[in-house]
Amino acid sequence: MTGALLQVDGLTAGYGAAPVLHDVGLTVQPGEIVAVLGANGAGKTTLLRTLSGLVRSSGGRVLFDGADLAGTKVEHLVRRGIAHVPEGRGVVTELTVDENLRLGGLWRRDRADARKALDEVYELFPPLAQRRTFAGHQLSGGERQMLALGRALVGRPRLLLLDEPSLGLAPKVTGQIMALLRDLRERTGLAVLLVEQNVRSALSIADEGVVLALGRVVARNKASVLRDDADLRHAYLGF
Amino acid sequence: MDRFIYLTFDGLSRGLVYAAFALALVLIWRAARIVNFAQGSMAVAAVYVAYSVTNATGSYWLGFVVALLAGLLLGVLVERVVMRFVDHSSPLNGVVVALGLVLVLQGTLGIIYGNEYQPVETPFSRDAFEVGGIAMLSRYDLFVFAAVGTVVVVLTLLFTRTAIGLRMRAAAFAPDVSRLLGVSVGGMLTLGWALAAAVGSLAGMLVVPTELGVHPTAMDVVFVSAFTAAVVGGLDSPIGAVVGGLIVGLLLSYVSGYIDVTVAPMAILALLVLVLLGKPGGLFSSSKARVA
Repeated sequence: MTGALLQVDGLTAGYGAAPVLHDVGLTVQPGEIVAVLGANGAGKTTLLRTLSGLVRSSGGRVLFDGADLAGTKVEHLVRRGIAHVPEGRGVVTELTVDENLRLGGLWRRDRADARKALDEVYELFPPLAQRRTFAGHQLSGGERQMLALGRALVGRPRLLLLDEPSLGLAPKVTGQIMALLRDLRERTGLAVLLVEQNVRSALSIADEGVVLALGRVVARNKASVLRDDADLRHAYLGF
Repeated sequence: MDRFIYLTFDGLSRGLVYAAFALALVLIWRAARIVNFAQGSMAVAAVYVAYSVTNATGSYWLGFVVALLAGLLLGVLVERVVMRFVDHSSPLNGVVVALGLVLVLQGTLGIIYGNEYQPVETPFSRDAFEVGGIAMLSRYDLFVFAAVGTVVVVLTLLFTRTAIGLRMRAAAFAPDVSRLLGVSVGGMLTLGWALAAAVGSLAGMLVVPTELGVHPTAMDVVFVSAFTAAVVGGLDSPIGAVVGGLIVGLLLSYVSGYIDVTVAPMAILALLVLVLLGKPGGLFSSSKARVA
């Protein structure tokens, strides 16, 4: 086994009796951006929710940094260094921007560094700094995405599970977010498992791509290879 | 005019007790989306504990403190042992379980303490001061103002200024997201029930001595008034609970004073119906407050 940050083997999971994911395997190396692609209903969101424990797996193994994640409570995941930004951005809309961000660092023992990380997020996203006391529901879609992402970063994760960050955003904002992910990877070595419907954006920043169809991995390759594979694109990615 | 002033102070004093009790209902509603119909019986149980302690030791204050602690503990037990296992697919499930809890608690208290009213002393005189010949409020009323005021201030600070309060609010609004951020949502739920039950016990301690005394069903009528207060305020809003409590208290006092005591419950019912017809979300509701 290499020094993979995240190693998923034979993962099977679903809601109720019928599994949504079948025998899914993938790896994320430290500092790597891996895109999970596929049509609606392919199981992309379920994959992330299973990795973080919100959906229970019925088979397979998930290793994070060499340690099995089985039995890890959802609320302990963030302490292991995994941040999950759920679909629909997961901003607590009733709380203010500042409260949302503080929430991201409440679990941390190192209060001084949590404070510092929060200030860094405000520097990274100036629009949030201008809206500290705004409630989540008063923000635009792009600002909410920044907030959800920023809140994850306050925990200084090593792996970010990011679900559909481009959903409902203007192409320009999507571009900014993708550029930011690339920049974070360069600066902090953050690894990202990126679930996206927007295949072009995702492949533009990803190192690796995993294509899911009906809950199974149908292709796993370098992002550049997937981009150039016309047959695969037509068959599964719709462009 | 004298009468009006007296009734106003009386109404505010009663209203604050309803406010505290409504606050307890709101705390649980916000945390668990359950209207805790067992709140009254839980409060009565705490009052009985205080009654026993005070009778055994002769100290009102020891009984008072023990009642609040008993409330906390009962809240923890009810959440951990009963409510945690209620299926939330229908909002009625929680209500039915809470009503079952009422029967169990009232039955048990009746077996232990008997089904007669037992008078309970107040720590301060209930004789109203006279200012310029007008009876205004008693030392006990002042105690009620101070006690409920303290609860409101402490809860406000807890929820707005502390990390634990932030966790509790986040866990209530977005449980899954909160868990992903390391918040122990189950723990926050237990804490919410504990706090609510303690506040409910305080309300019980304040109101029981001013009525017929302690009895397994002593809080039933208070529950109706406090529930109305919570609904008037929007169920979701702590400020609404306090304002709703004061509105209900004043209404009860004016109707009892100017018309007749027997009409007062009808006035409460009329208020409830009016609010549900006119502003079903309550006067202070922030969002979709009720589903049923």
